[in-house]
Amino acid sequence: MEYNLRDICSVIRSKNSGPYELTFDVIFKDFDMYNKVKAARAINEKAFAELFNIPMSDIMALVYFDPAKAVKITIIRPIPSGALGETDVYGAQQHSPLMGYTFNM
Amino acid sequence: MEELRILSPTAILGYGFPMESFVEGMKRNPHVIAVDAGSTDPGPYYLGAGKSFTDFNSVKRDLEIMIPAAIEAGIPVVIGSAGGCGGHPHVQFVVDIVKEITREKKLTYKLAVIQSELDKELIKSKLTKGEVIPLHPAKEITVADVDETVRIVAQMGEEPFIKALNEGANVIIAGRSYDPSVFAALAIREGFDRGLALHMGKILECAAIAALPGSGSDCMFGYLQKDGFILEPLSPLRKCTTLSVAAHTLYEKTNPYFLPGPGGALNLHQSQFEQITDNKVKVTGTVFEPTPEYFVKLEGVKKVGCRTISIAAVKDPVMIEKIDSIVENVKNRVKNNFESYGIKDFFLDFKIYGKNGVMGLFPGSEDRVAHELCIVIEAVAATQEQADTICGFARSTMLHFGYEGRISTAGNLAFPFSPSDCKVGDVYEFNVYHLMKVDDPSEFFPIEYIDFKTGN
Repeated sequence: MEYNLRDICSVIRSKNSGPYELTFDVIFKDFDMYNKVKAARAINEKAFAELFNIPMSDIMALVYFDPAKAVKITIIRPIPSGALGETDVYGAQQHSPLMGYTFNM
Repeated sequence: MEELRILSPTAILGYGFPMESFVEGMKRNPHVIAVDAGSTDPGPYYLGAGKSFTDFNSVKRDLEIMIPAAIEAGIPVVIGSAGGCGGHPHVQFVVDIVKEITREKKLTYKLAVIQSELDKELIKSKLTKGEVIPLHPAKEITVADVDETVRIVAQMGEEPFIKALNEGANVIIAGRSYDPSVFAALAIREGFDRGLALHMGKILECAAIAALPGSGSDCMFGYLQKDGFILEPLSPLRKCTTLSVAAHTLYEKTNPYFLPGPGGALNLHQSQFEQITDNKVKVTGTVFEPTPEYFVKLEGVKKVGCRTISIAAVKDPVMIEKIDSIVENVKNRVKNNFESYGIKDFFLDFKIYGKNGVMGLFPGSEDRVAHELCIVIEAVAATQEQADTICGFARSTMLHFGYEGRISTAGNLAFPFSPSDCKVGDVYEFNVYHLMKVDDPSEFFPIEYIDFKTGN
């Protein structure tokens, strides 16, 4: 069955984690779905890298965090926050590709 | 002491809080009021320019309530990362406000001011000894890079705060601090578990953001006990739930299970979140793992030039279709025009909103285009005058650029403002984000004490 991440999550957000990292939090609506996604690893390094068009080596951490039924992905910021070429100093609007992420499970 | 109680009025000094929540907090007899005032989120400018990113009146309003209340209750007020970035001018910004309040209210108490801005010579000598290492993904730096840096601060742990508390300080205004330190210092001094104290600080530093509904401008209360800590929002509108607290543990971190800071890291693998009442959550199991050597984090910025911007919009469908090639052509024209004149070293960028203005750093991740575009033309050059020249020339070139297939031959851009160009001023970039080894955690954070008697 195909799922759209946006339909099964209560929070999808991005933010700087310090000036050199960008971090994404995906918090699920319920533990059942979180556990299914975790078991299938439906959110994984390869899928995330493709979604953002970045090399997998830019992903610093992809962690399933049970207490918050959440997946956290942290990547190397394409440039340090506020450097020439910046588009989002706080990194708070970089999450939208995740909102269109669909997968089969 | 079996329980230590902490009032966190607001997420950042100057973000405010409802008086009702603060009064509720004081009714619970806190042992300390603590606020974190800083962040690197607003970007490199504020550290470089020596300016606070919070406003004078907003900061004064918060302190004017907190300081007299704490003095009356006989408890300390601890402020970390003063002025947002913790450099000398940022600390001074808050100290000036505190002095004004002290005079106006004729207060009697002892103030401690802890500095965190470091001398470049010190960093260079530490660097040469191999005691400054980059915090991945920041790059290695050289002595020349340190010379280029405008200002460097180090994040202090709880130790300098404990020193000031031992000296009897009633109010502590500190430079750049590891966010949880201001909340954990008194607790660690009183012998509470460092891991639990710091983890509680991690959550309290954002005040009511960890509640549901979250807010950065409302109070949160912490009860630290021997085996865990309890969080309670002080507004009846909010609740702490196991999920709101656990979810907050994710916020702005690399990995929620492992949170490094000065002298070690918090390990959350065994942490438990338990709902003990409708609005309170208890957290247990967090462990502090000290590192064999003590490292503090450095933050520094360098100046890269001056910026001028121009904001314009496009509605013409032909222009929108050809926008990428038009931008390339304009960039080339600007470069070519000033090459022989001698302005060669500049940064010229076009942020195209409605296309990829927000996510331009991830090319190819989104390719939908709107029916109208907003274009921000940005020039950064060595001087403001040169930035004005480049931005102005790029703007006029784009306005009249004769792209292929052009039908609207009167002008390509809609300007919302006259003047169309805007001087933004100095531009900085982060260039130091490193760890520095120290022998004594308080060594580089000098403390000055001031005794006030009825306002003077």
